[in-house]
Amino acid sequence: MISSFKSALIGAVAGVAFASSALAGELVINLDQGDPAPKKAFEEMIAGFKAENPDVEVIVNFMDKEGYKTSIRNFLTADAPDLATWYAGNRMAPFVEAGLFEDVTDVWEEHGLNETLSSAAASMTIDGKKWGVPFTYYQWGIYYRKDIFADLGIETPETWEELLAASAKLKENGITPFTIGTKALWPTGGWFDYMNLRVNGYEFHMDLTSGKVPYTDERVRATFDKWAELVEPGYFIENHAALDWQDAVPPLVQGKAAMYLMGNFAVDVFKSGGLSEDQIGYMQFPVIDPSIPMAEEAPTDTIHIPSGAKNKEDARKFLAYMARADVQTKLNETLGQLPVNSKATRPADPILAQGFNVLSEAYALAQFYDRDVPAQMAKAGMEGFQEFMVKPERVDRILKRLDKVRERVYD
Amino acid sequence: MSDSILSPNVERTAGGNAQAASTTTRWLVNQRRLAPLLFLAPGALMFIIYVIAPIAQSIWVSFYEWDGIGAKTFIGLANYVELLDDEAFYVSLKNNVIWLVMYMLAVPAGLLMAIFLNQTITGIRIYKSLFFFPFVISQIVVGLIFSWFYAPNFGLFTQLLSFLGFGDVAVLADETYVTYGIIIAGLWPQIAYCMILYLTGLNNVSPDQIEAARLDGAKGWKMLWYVIIPQLRPATFIAVVVTVIGALRSFDLVSIMTDGGPWGSSRVLSFYMYEQALSEYGFRMGYGASIAVVLFAIMMVFISIFIVRMLKDEREGY
Amino acid sequence: MFPTPVEKIAAPWRWGYKLAVPIVLILWLLPLLGVMMTSIRPASDLAQGNYFGVPSTIALGNYLEVFANTPMGTYIWNSFKVTIPTVIGAVALSCLTGFALAVYKFKSNLLVFFMFVAGNFVPFQILMVPVRDLTLNMGLYDTSMGLVLFHIAFQTGFCTLFMRNFIKALPFELIEAARVEGVSELKIFWFIVLPLMRPAIAALSVLIFTFIWNDYFWATVLVQGSHALPVTAGIFSLNGQWVAQWQLVSAGSIVAAMPPVIMFFLMQKHFIAGLTLGATKG
Repeated sequence: MISSFKSALIGAVAGVAFASSALAGELVINLDQGDPAPKKAFEEMIAGFKAENPDVEVIVNFMDKEGYKTSIRNFLTADAPDLATWYAGNRMAPFVEAGLFEDVTDVWEEHGLNETLSSAAASMTIDGKKWGVPFTYYQWGIYYRKDIFADLGIETPETWEELLAASAKLKENGITPFTIGTKALWPTGGWFDYMNLRVNGYEFHMDLTSGKVPYTDERVRATFDKWAELVEPGYFIENHAALDWQDAVPPLVQGKAAMYLMGNFAVDVFKSGGLSEDQIGYMQFPVIDPSIPMAEEAPTDTIHIPSGAKNKEDARKFLAYMARADVQTKLNETLGQLPVNSKATRPADPILAQGFNVLSEAYALAQFYDRDVPAQMAKAGMEGFQEFMVKPERVDRILKRLDKVRERVYD
Repeated sequence: MSDSILSPNVERTAGGNAQAASTTTRWLVNQRRLAPLLFLAPGALMFIIYVIAPIAQSIWVSFYEWDGIGAKTFIGLANYVELLDDEAFYVSLKNNVIWLVMYMLAVPAGLLMAIFLNQTITGIRIYKSLFFFPFVISQIVVGLIFSWFYAPNFGLFTQLLSFLGFGDVAVLADETYVTYGIIIAGLWPQIAYCMILYLTGLNNVSPDQIEAARLDGAKGWKMLWYVIIPQLRPATFIAVVVTVIGALRSFDLVSIMTDGGPWGSSRVLSFYMYEQALSEYGFRMGYGASIAVVLFAIMMVFISIFIVRMLKDEREGY
Repeated sequence: MFPTPVEKIAAPWRWGYKLAVPIVLILWLLPLLGVMMTSIRPASDLAQGNYFGVPSTIALGNYLEVFANTPMGTYIWNSFKVTIPTVIGAVALSCLTGFALAVYKFKSNLLVFFMFVAGNFVPFQILMVPVRDLTLNMGLYDTSMGLVLFHIAFQTGFCTLFMRNFIKALPFELIEAARVEGVSELKIFWFIVLPLMRPAIAALSVLIFTFIWNDYFWATVLVQGSHALPVTAGIFSLNGQWVAQWQLVSAGSIVAAMPPVIMFFLMQKHFIAGLTLGATKG
């Protein structure tokens, strides 16, 4: 289930065992960025580090994103690398509490990161200490087929009513409004987050994700009722529970579906699937309740020093390097994502720039359902969302079940 | 200690040192007593460390709450109490029962196939091996093959269905069909296994009895039921044993074909245990262990039956 | 012979049978044949919806791509690194235990024997947490060695059952006679019994090779990095990357399945002898 690509980078010795004990000047990095584009971005960035620190030998293990989520527990306890990527917010809490991540407050202070990375500072802080460095984040939103919208004379929806009207019109014309693949569960989290953020607002969403509000609360039910307005008329493609998120791209490319609520990383896949830049549009998730300020979803990726690292000195150098404005600019250019460092150059790509504006005007940023809630809650929750998207009539049973899990997980 | 064993040594040492003779004999006698211990030691030790002791440890862990990295907290039966009120546990249990029942089809299906192939036409050996070879393929590959077979829109199975006028059913995304879909994938190699057991069994059915039965006018189903099947009992026993174990161990196929989905409806106990104890969303070692203990208890019922049956054979001195 | 041999039945039925066998075979292997076809299709065929027609070209390049762009070669090598030592270890240990349990009468003989038999049927999951811990503590987590040790220990259960029953069926007089000659127990084992066990060793080796090659569960529990990941777990993770690229999934699957298939066709007689031991009386 776990794959890792050992990349024989400049100077890396072929055949050195995975995350094996580092010699002095050897820096082992585990990355969950195995897909081609991110891999390239990191290789460039690491080559830059290498050029500045020729005495450090860097060994990189590129791992498959899904597999990484399980293997990190193993390697942090059993055979720690010197650096490992992970996620901000609640998702890093178990490792911090178990003493598996190194306190890097000193790096933040020494390099003025409290100022340059201020937007993500809160999500990197637990017990008043900093536990890693954020290097990228990206917007979520609805990606849509501009050309199809234009053909049918549909304006970009800004309110819920407009979105429903657009969906109805698409459906009339034989086009499924939304594509989605929920086999891996997490794509449902994006939907729930946005529905809940728009119906109940950021504060409520945070209360829910931190276990303070029961899932059986009427307000949660209201979120699902709104969501049902898209599910019940069949505005999502069929059989989505059998599809991975990439499998859901072809319907969009073939024009069988017109919209896709996704993270910005999907644009790369749209393009390689055959869509041209002017066919792809990006819209902010529409307003549902105008009295509620617009919060957005923006998952932040981070890098940490495991407490079992053997070369913490060079690892700290690497953190400082990765926090730099120029490094983050370049890394995110190749990644097609947004730099966290406020001094970094703004992206040139139009969709990315649009996202950047949405995020900078956002009332608040949520990390993502599976990062904001504890892992066990995430699994049960997203299973419930998936079930709801196929069997909306079961909503009460699902919410009851989720609340049982909530009571246990947060006790 | 009989003379017959001692005498050669006495002869050999005759005329030599009497002391040496007695040392040799003592060694011979002792080594006979020690030999089984020495021969057993390496294998048994490994087996105890890696198989027997972990069973006890798992039972012990099931009384604790433990995330695998922090400290263990003793919580008594709390994990089991939680199981009783866990919907996912019941779904898994129900699916395990479905697995057990459906998987048993491999035994009659294997028998039918063996009867079908028990002929001597040209090339039959190659046919037999080709029929058999799904068993040699890893379950992961079988799972991938059937994922492709069931894939919505373009999968072979889906195409067949729409060719026959049924709608587009995504077997692996439908809570009603998903478990059956996975079991069918599992039956593919399992039927092959049972088939080969029965082919060997059929080879050894006594021709005299068949002839005798024919003279008595038995044929077709009657012959099969009253003459052939009783003689195939050893093969049936093994086929049932391996099928029961296979059904309860089913993990690989669920893992690769659905990952327990949609919304957990294809979970089985072995998969749920892994999910709780080691997956991205899990790391509840204690809770996982308690699921494993339940699975173990179910398996123990069958293991006991097998052992009693084998013990009987032993006593009868086969 | 049952059923009635086809030579003895009417010609039309005979010909019908001869025709039916290959047809049934094709139906039986249909999913596999489909995957084989897919593995030689160019990606463009799949994109255009040509799933079942004649491939526009025979794209052996899929296989090339599997090896060039993924650690498939390493995975296969890792599988050998786990499988072969396990076969040697488990067969060697079980020759000893099987001999001990078959030849000597001692009080706990049956008890020990049934410990091996019962352990062999146990669900893996009950071993998972402790074995993972043990492997971590020995510093063998994420190494081929950690997997090998566990597999040897576990397979010893099945192998002991097998070897013990095999040796039991050997003529005991041979051993008696040797003892009368004053031959030491070790020499009896080495010079008398072991040579007679050759067929059993061959059969077990092929079987264990297949079992271990095809193991997926323990590979995911005890290993994580591609430097030690066997091909089953490797193909699982590649499947995650190859979403919607069925031509690569298919080619990869076939590559992963090849070694045991080759082993089976080369050693068919031993394989089936091993698998069906006990399927006839005794």
